Amino acid sequence: MKCARPKLKGWKEIPEGGTIVEPGSSIQFDVSAWRVSRPVIDQAKCTKCGLCWIYCPDSAIEFKDGKYEPNMLYCKGCGICQKACAPKAIIMFKEGKK
Amino acid sequence: MSTTRRSMSGNYAIAYAVKMADVDVIAAYPITPQTTIVEKLSEYVANGELDADYINVESEHSAMSACVGASLTGARVFTATSSQGLAFMHEVLFMASALRTPMVMANVNRALSAPLNIWNDHSDAMAERDSGWIQLWASSAQDALDLTIMAFKIGESERLPVMVNLDGFILSHTYEPIDLPNAEEVRKYIPSRPLTNRLSPKTAFSIGVVGPPEYYYEMKYQAVDAIEKSRSKIKDVYAEYEKIFGRGYRDVESYGIEDAEIALVTMGAMTGSARIVSEEMRAAGVKAGVISIRTFRPFPSEELLDLASGLKGIGIMDRATTPGGPSNPLFTDIASCLYGSSRVPLQGFVAGLGGRDITLDDFRMMFRETDRASKEGRGRSPIYVGLRE
Repeated sequence: MKCARPKLKGWKEIPEGGTIVEPGSSIQFDVSAWRVSRPVIDQAKCTKCGLCWIYCPDSAIEFKDGKYEPNMLYCKGCGICQKACAPKAIIMFKEGKK
Repeated sequence: MSTTRRSMSGNYAIAYAVKMADVDVIAAYPITPQTTIVEKLSEYVANGELDADYINVESEHSAMSACVGASLTGARVFTATSSQGLAFMHEVLFMASALRTPMVMANVNRALSAPLNIWNDHSDAMAERDSGWIQLWASSAQDALDLTIMAFKIGESERLPVMVNLDGFILSHTYEPIDLPNAEEVRKYIPSRPLTNRLSPKTAFSIGVVGPPEYYYEMKYQAVDAIEKSRSKIKDVYAEYEKIFGRGYRDVESYGIEDAEIALVTMGAMTGSARIVSEEMRAAGVKAGVISIRTFRPFPSEELLDLASGLKGIGIMDRATTPGGPSNPLFTDIASCLYGSSRVPLQGFVAGLGGRDITLDDFRMMFRETDRASKEGRGRSPIYVGLRE
């Protein structure tokens, strides 16, 4: 999945003292480089139970167009979704390998 | 301009200034020789003379933390400490400056342990010179009072914490005649803290957040830029204060420097003795002057460069040491500010550690050694004045 990386702000643009003046700003924080493994969901096996969506500690699993898909901008590759997946539809692949 | 002249110690002068500033929050922990400042303030609060929240904390670390929190709500904040207390605040000092929380702290300069010593030197403040705080230095109890009032003006306008330094016992406990400014004039001068971002149930924001490698650098630079920009405000405040209250202050206070060939650089209370001896030197045919650093952070580099251009030798008095360093703190700063622009010989001195007196004879020797350095065209390694072998 291709992710749009937000432009990093310069020191003149950051609010004084690093104050975060708007809530929900963690959505701007790209953690994809933290990841060693990435989850891949086999949509044929997926029963749409939503356990991965519930268990993901980073709310990185999104439900769109009737499908669960990880948002790779926020997925840290922890693998909790794989453990939670009852039908074993999620496989963790090492990053850099096909 | 109506004033009242009263006999007061440096500490009581500061407490009086804080009362006139009508602070909202005081959080402090007692430590010699600062204690009588906050003791007097607690008395003012208990008597109803000062309407402030006085937070009794269990340590200086908590005192500074409480001050940061209070300042974030938009309150006018004051604390005071010395030596070990300042060292215990160390990590929070960096937060106060980087989070841009204005407050005023009186630091009554005292030696750092070991050995345990309650007397004066400058090692406490020097150890915090990289903390991002503005540092102002008093040479008399009158300075301490005036600088405290101005510190609120400067800090709150620049949203930076300000440390007012005064020498332990020499200034803090010695009674001097003080001209007290009119309280109403002071209220007009610093009415209340200007409104800035403040925490309240209505305006929630996150402060003190993580700054990952992508952001830490930019956030840190904000603090660097803030203290750099405060230079012009400090000058304006000194000038404005002189206009209203009649006493003028400069980033660098010079004495007999116009036609001087050599000068001694001092900080704090020792300035008075240095001036007396400089006059004696002049009578003996040595054109000597005294330069004292009033605003130590931001460092008055331009002013020093200007003064140095007319001199043939500069002696630098450090009342602190940098063990294992290239030199001692004030010497290092001055050498670095002159580097590349001035080749005037510098002679370093260390004196007055842990409350040791710096006598007039010591100053005579320091002027003579500075004169020698000017004639030889170079200074020698730092001279530890009065050290027994």
